[in-house]
Amino acid sequence: MSTVAGISYRMVIGRRRIWLMVLLPAGLIALAVLLRMLGSADERSALMLMQIFGVGTMLPLLGLIAGTGVIAPEIDDGTIVHLLSKPISRPAIAITKFGVAASLLALFGALPAFAAAYLLVGMEAGIAFGFAVGAFAGGLAYAALFLLLGVITKHAVAIGIAYALIWESVVGVFVPGARNFSIQQWAQSVAFQFNTSGFFTKPSVGIGFALIAIAVVTVGAVLWAGQRLRSFTLAGEE
Amino acid sequence: MTTTATEGVTAPPATTAPARIELRQVSRWYGNVVAVNDVTMTIGPGVTGLLGPNGAGKSTLLHMMAGFLAPSNGSVTLDDRPIWRNHDVYRSIGLVPEREAVYGFLTGWQFVLSSAKLHRLPDAAEAARRALTTVEMLDAAERRIETYSKGMRQRVKVAAAMVHDPRVLLLDEPFNGMDPRQRLHLMDLVRQMGAAGKTILFSSHILEEVERVAQQIEVLVAGRHAASGDFREIRRRMTDRPHLFTIRSSDDRALAAALIADPSSGAVSLTENGLQAQAVDFARFTRLLPRVAKSAGIHVWQVAPADEDLESVFSYLITRSAT
Repeated sequence: MSTVAGISYRMVIGRRRIWLMVLLPAGLIALAVLLRMLGSADERSALMLMQIFGVGTMLPLLGLIAGTGVIAPEIDDGTIVHLLSKPISRPAIAITKFGVAASLLALFGALPAFAAAYLLVGMEAGIAFGFAVGAFAGGLAYAALFLLLGVITKHAVAIGIAYALIWESVVGVFVPGARNFSIQQWAQSVAFQFNTSGFFTKPSVGIGFALIAIAVVTVGAVLWAGQRLRSFTLAGEE
Repeated sequence: MTTTATEGVTAPPATTAPARIELRQVSRWYGNVVAVNDVTMTIGPGVTGLLGPNGAGKSTLLHMMAGFLAPSNGSVTLDDRPIWRNHDVYRSIGLVPEREAVYGFLTGWQFVLSSAKLHRLPDAAEAARRALTTVEMLDAAERRIETYSKGMRQRVKVAAAMVHDPRVLLLDEPFNGMDPRQRLHLMDLVRQMGAAGKTILFSSHILEEVERVAQQIEVLVAGRHAASGDFREIRRRMTDRPHLFTIRSSDDRALAAALIADPSSGAVSLTENGLQAQAVDFARFTRLLPRVAKSAGIHVWQVAPADEDLESVFSYLITRSAT
């Protein structure tokens, strides 16, 4: 499995998409530094930065890049056949690729979220720690969901962007019920658990629901992706 | 992994036991389009060529044998085990797909080594070195694959497919886009592996290519199994058919009269583009034409085959096999 993981890491990191994965957290940290220089390094601005940019924008985009990036290009150009024509269980390949995507999200998502919040408020009010854990948990669900999208459709990136930007960001704002089906909201709910700051308004999704939803989406999506890989079909293309 | 020993022959070790791919009444359709239609064939040890024009369903058939497509009907098995959704078959099968399907960012060495590792070979490095040596790619192995020529990529793909010394090797249009020297080299390699008792199947739309490498030829036309046999048999059936010629001469009408008098010509017609003659007996007709023209004092300016494209040759085969 280390061979599968190694190739998957190189596929994401060795392409131009790595720059997006670096730029997004770099932007988050840069904003934190800027706020600090402007003298607004307080709990309120830290929370806003984390909620709107960290979990609201950076995390889904990173999830999209890493989740689809570990498998979609391979399916597109047919190199996946190299992995699939081997005596390895296909669900195991899906699990490995999920692990790669999730670890990249921890490195480029959760860790920078912690660093940015820490720059602003240190360990105050559980904000830095809460958002690191929240981003990590949300990252698991994003990685699994976008991995699945990469396996079942050629339009994974378009659908993923539509989900993250339209459903989670727009519909989620106006239709409270839609927030129950938003990974972003689940991540906020997890982050809220560690919070002691009065500025953090209680998220609309309860922690119990959020944890179960994250678990169901993550496990379900990875298993489904594995099953789809078992029936992976090459077109006749003649 | 059990194999039945044939009478009088002791069973060889499991890894070198001959492998047999069996297709029983296999069909594959996409919506209303039938890509493969009721094909039954057995691919045994040695080199088999899967011959057919483009669009005949060769890739579809090969993908079913490689476990990358489910048959809509019928069964595809390797030594009586189903191939579809059975990743264990890849212990015995090596696949060289038609598409590039190589990671450009890896070196040839890394690519073949990854294949050996994915097979969990006990000495992956040694296996990779052996495979690269076989395809004569060891010298270029430290270069990234994206710097390779088409022929080099093809050879690296073959090395990756045979790194675990599989009993079956499936190659989809392997000689496409290779230069003549590389092509000869790969043909030699395929022949050697076939002679060593491996079950090898490759697809091609070029008769000459198949003739040079394969002992057994399976012809596929419009999704149907049109003919089967060694190359002599296929060659005979292909030349032994009505040929259509367009002839231009100083006196088409007189030539037509002289030609129709001989039983080697079938239909003869005068067209705007000259004389069209159908040769029923190809060999005899080719001797007849100059002789007849000479004795009648007619100058023949041009003799051109009117139907020599492979499509028509193949479609002849299929009309024959249907009757």
